[in-house]
Amino acid sequence: MKKIVIHPITRIEGHLKVEVMVDNGEIKDANISGTMFRGIEVILKGRDPRDAVLLTQRICGVCPEPHAIASVTAVEDYAGLSDKIPENGILLRNLILGTRTIADHILHFYILSGLDYVDPARVIEYSGQDKNLNTLKYFLGQGYSTPFLPRDDIDYKFDKETTCAVVSHYLRALDIYKKTQQAATLFGGKWPHDAAIVAGGVSGKLTADKITEFIWRLEEIKDFIKNYYLPDVIAVAKTYSEYLEIGKGCLNLLAYDSYKTKSNGSYNDMLFKGGLISDIDNYSEFDINNITEDVTHSWYKDSGPLYPGNGKTEPVSDKEKGYSWIKSPRYSGKVFEVGPVANILSTYLGKKDPEVKKIVDDALSEIGGNISNFYSVAGRHLARVLSADIIACQLLKWAMQLKAGEPAAVEYDPPADGKGVGLCAAPRGALGHWLNVEEGRISNYQIITPTAWNASPKDKNGQPGPYEQALIGLKIKESESPIEILRVIRSFDPCTACAVHLITPDGDLIGKYKVI
Amino acid sequence: MNDKKSPAIPVINIQGQNCTGCITSTICSEYPSIKNVLLQDIIPGFKLEFIFHPNIMTASGNLAMEILEKSADKKGYVLIIDGAIPTGNNGIYCITGEKDGKKYTILEEALKLAPNAMLVIALGTCAAFGGIAAANPNPTGAKSVGEIFLANDIKTPLVNIPGCPPHPDWLFGTIEEILTKGLENLELDDFKRPKIYYGKLIHENCPNRAYFDEGKFAKKPGDEGCLYELGCKGPITYADCSTRQWNGRTNWVIGSGAPCNGCTSPEYPDLLGDFCERIIDVEVPVNEKKAKIQNK
Repeated sequence: MKKIVIHPITRIEGHLKVEVMVDNGEIKDANISGTMFRGIEVILKGRDPRDAVLLTQRICGVCPEPHAIASVTAVEDYAGLSDKIPENGILLRNLILGTRTIADHILHFYILSGLDYVDPARVIEYSGQDKNLNTLKYFLGQGYSTPFLPRDDIDYKFDKETTCAVVSHYLRALDIYKKTQQAATLFGGKWPHDAAIVAGGVSGKLTADKITEFIWRLEEIKDFIKNYYLPDVIAVAKTYSEYLEIGKGCLNLLAYDSYKTKSNGSYNDMLFKGGLISDIDNYSEFDINNITEDVTHSWYKDSGPLYPGNGKTEPVSDKEKGYSWIKSPRYSGKVFEVGPVANILSTYLGKKDPEVKKIVDDALSEIGGNISNFYSVAGRHLARVLSADIIACQLLKWAMQLKAGEPAAVEYDPPADGKGVGLCAAPRGALGHWLNVEEGRISNYQIITPTAWNASPKDKNGQPGPYEQALIGLKIKESESPIEILRVIRSFDPCTACAVHLITPDGDLIGKYKVI
Repeated sequence: MNDKKSPAIPVINIQGQNCTGCITSTICSEYPSIKNVLLQDIIPGFKLEFIFHPNIMTASGNLAMEILEKSADKKGYVLIIDGAIPTGNNGIYCITGEKDGKKYTILEEALKLAPNAMLVIALGTCAAFGGIAAANPNPTGAKSVGEIFLANDIKTPLVNIPGCPPHPDWLFGTIEEILTKGLENLELDDFKRPKIYYGKLIHENCPNRAYFDEGKFAKKPGDEGCLYELGCKGPITYADCSTRQWNGRTNWVIGSGAPCNGCTSPEYPDLLGDFCERIIDVEVPVNEKKAKIQNK
């Protein structure tokens, strides 16, 4: 058996290490570790609950907006405001979260994952009129090559024409990413780290010109999704078709309800329906009380798996079994993957929404696959672009429902003590914030991020987390940083600053950690 | 643009305890766009070459670490650090990567790379002042780049570009100032912030300033009036957001009806008091209530 360590995994959010044991070109075991932490939950303790929306966004600068939504949802749950948020407030939150989620998906496919499938250095062979490609060609011709080179051995499969087309979309994606963030900033205040999402609603005065500015930007964004992003993902799925089978993972999915939508006059419906999917297509409802966190292989004091609202975690020095700062969230003791595949299939199977069904069925027929192909590297990319498409279709409807001049927030007048929970579908999947308040200050704050679910280490029963399961059994061409491993890991869109956090009851983190 | 190859300045960007927000902010730069910066000259005749950047580079693992190892021996690169540097437990709270089985912390990388750099830019409030990572009770002993420099007697010129996140113009504009005027002519304040961007209070040019002067204050989000009572830190925060605006001038914090939270300040996020409470004018750490619960 040979050990391969890749550290850092670049082109992701944060600091991540992968260690695999390889025998005869096949991965036999895998350990995933997050290698940075700050202790954000410790920092939150003792503060005003309203401040959590700003501080928790700083957990992640790639996807801060879902933390804002989950945080204010938890605070409003504690403050008894959940049903009192004005219509404008609900819609604006949908618009901010939805628009930034689309931007995040575009960033992930092109800037973070793109170089695994397409080689910008080949643009030196380009002959044509595309301005962006000629800029790149000139750059390469002058002898420059960073950040595209150096690189490990990668089996690029696109022909010259497709390579140039996708690279030109990569460069275009940088512009679209910026424009998409600008669209959301019209309501959110700034990117990254929105200011306008507050406990009670959304701050600011809503004017018709802002709504109009948003709508016309949206048209460009939708054009990019339909005519560039979706075809490019399909091209990857078809050209690298083995990746429609590779990287299956745990085959269980978990999703939270997200994006309140109006149905029969009230906001009780959801764009993405939460639920559980086991064994590929078996849908069931989910109960939040069955979520627990296990710390068997995390650097924390052993305790029975605990409900996050009661989460009590103490770091332990020299824990022999420990290999990650990430804990192991489990549902009824089982391993679940979260993310766009979960959001889409939970809605597809659980809500049977005709619009979602058509978008999903069309894409599956285009790649000649079926639902089981979503459980794969290419399937995760496909679910991400479909999620962008489904959200984009709603954004216009939500924007048109806004009422300029009407309020978007209610007054915040909380009790001294209480508890709250906030759940939402972040770009990377199910995100939950659990809040306890005593004497008007935060006494406990617990967060389970999507990447904690997906990048979790093994649990007390030895069940590996979703990344680990997706790697075990993978066939690789041995090299320092095998591309097969990187493609599998990046397909989950890791966000490790989100995943690694920890809380101690005494705010005491002193101890000797052995980082192995 | 130019037919002649411009002399390229190598840039290495390493990341401490960050959230990647400094990067998602700077890639949204208007002019120069990130495409201009990566592939073209930042200004005609001056080119930056990003030889190490964890979020955009193709290489991973050993190969990526090799770049850092080789660069450390050379001189004449610009080192950008985003994120704070944890010093507790020998810095193990943030590992940059591994090479041949050995782990390297961000602290080790900073100590290795900073002395030979021609300039170090501490990007974002975490790198510049400790920021979020160093927030009370600073669980990991997070320090700013400047504190690391002081403790280790590093003399490399340092410029702080704070902000949570920093505005892209603050980073690229500072680099443009240095390239055209020379580092010695870049005016810095006492906190090593370029005066051109951090020379005035948000409050000085705030569109709500007239409300403040006439005493008309918003009582809840969405109200007409100055946001002072809602916790606005504009009166004590140095930055040009009120005139520059954000994200292609689509908006900015106060423009969205939310109070400034003082993110460019050395004290951020603690000594300014709760975000949502009016500025408290005291000299001691103000969050007694917070300290009470944290020490429970």
